[in-house]
Amino acid sequence: MAQLLELTLNGRPRVDAVPDNMLLLDYLRESVGLTGTKTGCDGGECGACTVLIDDVPLLSCLTLAASVNGRRVDTVESLGENGELSAVQRGFHEKLGSQCGYCTPGFIMASVGLLRRNPAPSDDEIQEALGSNICRCTGYVKIIEAVKFAAQLNAEGTAP
Amino acid sequence: MEALHDFELVRAATLDDVLKARAAHPQSALVGGGTDLMVNIRRGIVTPPVLIDVTQVGELQAVNADEGALEIGASVTLNTLAQDDAMRRHYPVVAEAAHAIAGPTQRNMGTVGGNLCLDTRCIFYNQSEWWRSANNHCLKTTGDTCHVAPKSHGVCFATYSGDLAPALLVLGAEVDIASPSGTRTIPLNDLYIGYARHDDAVEGDGKNFLSLEAGEIVTAVRAANTSGLTSAYDKIRIRRSIEYPVAGVAVALLRDGDALVDLRVAVTGTNPRPVLLEGTAELCGGPLNDDVLQGLDALARDQIMPMKTTFTPGHYRRRVASVLAQRLVTRLYAE
Repeated sequence: MAQLLELTLNGRPRVDAVPDNMLLLDYLRESVGLTGTKTGCDGGECGACTVLIDDVPLLSCLTLAASVNGRRVDTVESLGENGELSAVQRGFHEKLGSQCGYCTPGFIMASVGLLRRNPAPSDDEIQEALGSNICRCTGYVKIIEAVKFAAQLNAEGTAP
Repeated sequence: MEALHDFELVRAATLDDVLKARAAHPQSALVGGGTDLMVNIRRGIVTPPVLIDVTQVGELQAVNADEGALEIGASVTLNTLAQDDAMRRHYPVVAEAAHAIAGPTQRNMGTVGGNLCLDTRCIFYNQSEWWRSANNHCLKTTGDTCHVAPKSHGVCFATYSGDLAPALLVLGAEVDIASPSGTRTIPLNDLYIGYARHDDAVEGDGKNFLSLEAGEIVTAVRAANTSGLTSAYDKIRIRRSIEYPVAGVAVALLRDGDALVDLRVAVTGTNPRPVLLEGTAELCGGPLNDDVLQGLDALARDQIMPMKTTFTPGHYRRRVASVLAQRLVTRLYAE
């Protein structure tokens, strides 16, 4: 069985026929070809596949593609404009919030979700909001610095 | 993870759609956030032929809380519940329990109905197909032996670990249940039939732990407020995030002067059901002292029966549950 999926993906309307049993993660990576969203634990425990649905971070490895019909989906590819990094991307880049980089798209999308609802989060609020994402390299300190730096860039309006 | 089996997805828009789909497909499963169900499907543990997506059903989205009562629809997400100002003010135990579930992203997905009806868990059950087949499966799936208790004579010991149930049990909550033939309301405590005691007559167990009949679904949970009741939830887990409870405890109490006049304690993560401790009324009447706390410890140790269903030993979970209960009672009494 397949269903019609109409969504706004990274700001552009899109219509696809998707099998009932296709995960949003596989739809993004295999059907659309957006491989920025990563397959990590593949079981909802690591956050590498985090995307924003109507600005709320969700796990694409446990979400059925057909169930996001009519919604707005943003992946890491939606960030940045004209080759210029977005505030959160710049934060992770300049504050070394990314090492091997595999968890980074998930962390970035969870951070973007946080900053959209809370533009100036405290350290505790950042820790809390990133609680569903696991990073085995950085030890998280640099990631929290990255998100704070991004909040500052947003406040100054110096990044897209 | 395994590839997903073939299934049909019904995108329900109304409660009527859900009930019709449920009637047409008795073997269907409801999917809210999918944070538990999709993992089990991906592990090949369950293979429902039809999934009914209930996240867009308007009738199941209500959150109403005031001084008089609370009502929460089954499709309300856990973060919505945790962040609801009125819930935090009037029913802190519910907001705290919702906030303690998994991690923030899972809470954006997971729903109240899904958490109340959360499948029981066990280290011999929540494993890949490959792992389980190497172990000859277990009672909760297709095997004939409970690996936790090989001499259990057909009784499954999988553990209930939903966090909302104990919080709502101490408020005396009821659940609304709907089916194609009508609706009914039962005490939340009667939704769970997994036995609480080894020596009780066995009605249900870790495999058969909900009293829902075929075609029935939980649509809402409701509770009336008790004036002056204070409440709180706490749990111990291996990590602070993305983790099921080693033990979780909800406490509600009422104090009049120095006297403890009402005490309700419920525990999750230890038995095939959430356990509302019996006998707490006998601890009331006087001030909180060591005798009361020792009495509470005795009730907890007697009624909580954790088996080796997690990586944490059963005796540790029993002690932790009792300590959490005593701490919460002490804190709430002093507030």
